Amino acid sequence: MSTEIDTARAAALLDEAPLAHASLFRFATAGSVDDGKSTLVGRLLHDSKAILADQLDAVARTSADRGFGGPGAAGVQAIDLALLTDGLRAEREQGITIDVAYRYFATDRRSFILADCPGHVQYTKNTVTGASTADAVVVLIDARKGVLEQTRRHLSVLQLLRVAHVIVAVNKIDLVDFSESVFRGIEADVQKVGRELGLGSDGITDLLVVPVSALDGDNVVERSERTPWYTGPALLEVLETLPAADELESHLESFRFPVQLVVRPQGALAPDAVAGGLDVEKYRDYRAYAGQITEGSVKVGDKVSVLTPGQAPRTTTVTGIDFAGAELTEAVAPQSVALRLADEFDVARGDTIAAAGTVREASADLYAALCWLSPKPLREGAKVLVKHGTRTVQALVRSVSGKLDLATFKLEGASSLELNDIGHAQLRLAAPLPLENYLHHRRTGAFLVIDPLDGNTLAAGLVNDHPGDHEDERYSI
Amino acid sequence: MSTFLTEEPTQVTEAAVSTRLSSLDTLESEAIHIIREVVAEFEKPALLFSGGKDSVVMLHLATKAFWPGKVPFPVLHVDTGHNFPEVIDFRDRTVERLGLKLVVGSVQEFIDRGELAERADGTRNPLQTVPLLDAIQSNKFDAVFGGGRRDEDKARAKERILSLRDEFGQWDPRNQRPELWNLYNGRHTVGQHVRAFPISNWTELDVWRYIERENIELPGLYYAHDREVFARDGMWRAVGEVSQPRPDEEVITKTVRYRTVGDMSCTGAVESAAATVRDVVIEVAASTITERGATRADDRISEAAMEDRKKDGYF
Repeated sequence: MSTEIDTARAAALLDEAPLAHASLFRFATAGSVDDGKSTLVGRLLHDSKAILADQLDAVARTSADRGFGGPGAAGVQAIDLALLTDGLRAEREQGITIDVAYRYFATDRRSFILADCPGHVQYTKNTVTGASTADAVVVLIDARKGVLEQTRRHLSVLQLLRVAHVIVAVNKIDLVDFSESVFRGIEADVQKVGRELGLGSDGITDLLVVPVSALDGDNVVERSERTPWYTGPALLEVLETLPAADELESHLESFRFPVQLVVRPQGALAPDAVAGGLDVEKYRDYRAYAGQITEGSVKVGDKVSVLTPGQAPRTTTVTGIDFAGAELTEAVAPQSVALRLADEFDVARGDTIAAAGTVREASADLYAALCWLSPKPLREGAKVLVKHGTRTVQALVRSVSGKLDLATFKLEGASSLELNDIGHAQLRLAAPLPLENYLHHRRTGAFLVIDPLDGNTLAAGLVNDHPGDHEDERYSI
Repeated sequence: MSTFLTEEPTQVTEAAVSTRLSSLDTLESEAIHIIREVVAEFEKPALLFSGGKDSVVMLHLATKAFWPGKVPFPVLHVDTGHNFPEVIDFRDRTVERLGLKLVVGSVQEFIDRGELAERADGTRNPLQTVPLLDAIQSNKFDAVFGGGRRDEDKARAKERILSLRDEFGQWDPRNQRPELWNLYNGRHTVGQHVRAFPISNWTELDVWRYIERENIELPGLYYAHDREVFARDGMWRAVGEVSQPRPDEEVITKTVRYRTVGDMSCTGAVESAAATVRDVVIEVAASTITERGATRADDRISEAAMEDRKKDGYF
């Protein structure tokens, strides 16, 4: 009835300096149930003590009911770790995972958000969804099977999405007797696929291979003595030390800020702020542009351009960066702030504020890779909505120019895209947008395709350069 | 280029800035971005406000999102009639302080009109769904902010940040929209509405650390106090008008606190000496029991309890 306090752990979490400064790291897992992905996720959560006693009790009961473990089985082996991550009743009944599930755990170095992506059903949809916000993705391979067609598909999608860190976990290494030669063979195959894709050699992504046993815990949280030939870090160590996207150096040059709304109280000031001593005169004519910095950084005094569709960019100076009463001198992605500008332009939701002179002219012609996520296929001539930043515009699908065979990385001719296809299309927008190549801008180069009839999300879009101005051959998938 | 936080600060070039964000900073900015998106894209949002810590944090984030302006939406409370009086008092003071409009959906009124029936076990938490949907419909709210977090249970772990609900308020977990990057798709048709969960990615510990950092006031029963309680279903129940011991249940005075402040008839207290927010942060960090399992009798009914209630239009 009383909560049990492990004061040693609380002290470790709280009294040491890192937690207050601990960063957030987002990663995803990709692989099928057969690769032991759920077991690996359960192992990470269990060994990092993110699984709480009552959850473990419930899982142990269910494991016993289903005959998992057995007489003499002790400790964690006696329970089915995969049950820790099966969320919905239908999943438990069918023994499968339907949807991306989010998990949370923390070490004294970092807080983690894990997007656990099921592999066997709609793998493209789930992997694209999980990877879109991930700093890193862990792809599982069964050591007994090696690189399969599905591995190639996963790596291909991750390369397309330019996930910064791809970690291939060669699981069930215990079932191949911790054999170095088996691991080295798989490692070489993975690196070969990586080279074919440009993964790990494009200057944007890197590729690591780690031997693990999710069932026994080898090289998951701590380095295993049973793989003495492996001198690299355990999986969790890798995740703890890779730089997160928002830890990289930020520069004005890449500063992008889609305006969400205009904060203009016009006298309707917050009563709690006024009661707290807010200078009413100073804020009577307050006007600022609220949004989240998607990339880069900005300082007071920086020159920026306001990009409004259909108008030439207007250049002005940042005079203030406000955050709930605090006047900042600088801000960095992904902070949510409100910017004040020197000139009283008409700025509205849907406009983008960017470092002056760094964004090419807005265009109504959109060339893109589309990851098709809907059972309703894409046809040439379809009318859709495109959501880019904080603006949504109508669009016409002019042509589909092919789809990618994820196993061979070859572009095939196609005039439509079906669920889980990735292909190329050209769209004509009803209004020009400040589109940027996804290769260089993961946020302002990304967009959603939405069905105007029922509002459902049809596709994840990645902006390509226009034909003729390709700077990177590989990008034309 | 080294960017590891644990190492010495890297030398930055002139154009680079030195700001480093903590996990709480990142979660706060994510939540504010979501709140602003919903306000910008919906006609009539409202925020579910119970006086519970998650909804108090939500409201605090909203004040930061629109500062120095007022929070531009009303708050909605579904009153079971079994709430702790001090929580209702806290709710009213908060609404007054921020100059907000309060909309109340009353379970008691539905029972009085015969549109809801009291359950045999006396628990009113599951009865909140009907007054909630009625309030959403009659006020024409098209987006409702909630303080739900994905770490609360396994069904919530699969919930989207913007979650579409049909005309009956139902959640269809097998037919959710993929959520990509920070592009939220809130499009809906007439009769549908959206539940928005800006603190989806926060854990219980994040919430408490944020309450500590931001010095946010909470109802007093979150902190250790002496209270007359009796044991039932493995929990300490408060003695109150709607929560009376049976003859065989002994009433004793204990030093307790609450980890959630729902319905008095089904929310249990935990024995705790955590009297300050710092004490609670340490207790939560060390706790080996998740909050719902520890203190909500209605979630113990079955493993699928939350999933079933969500499908029926619960938070």
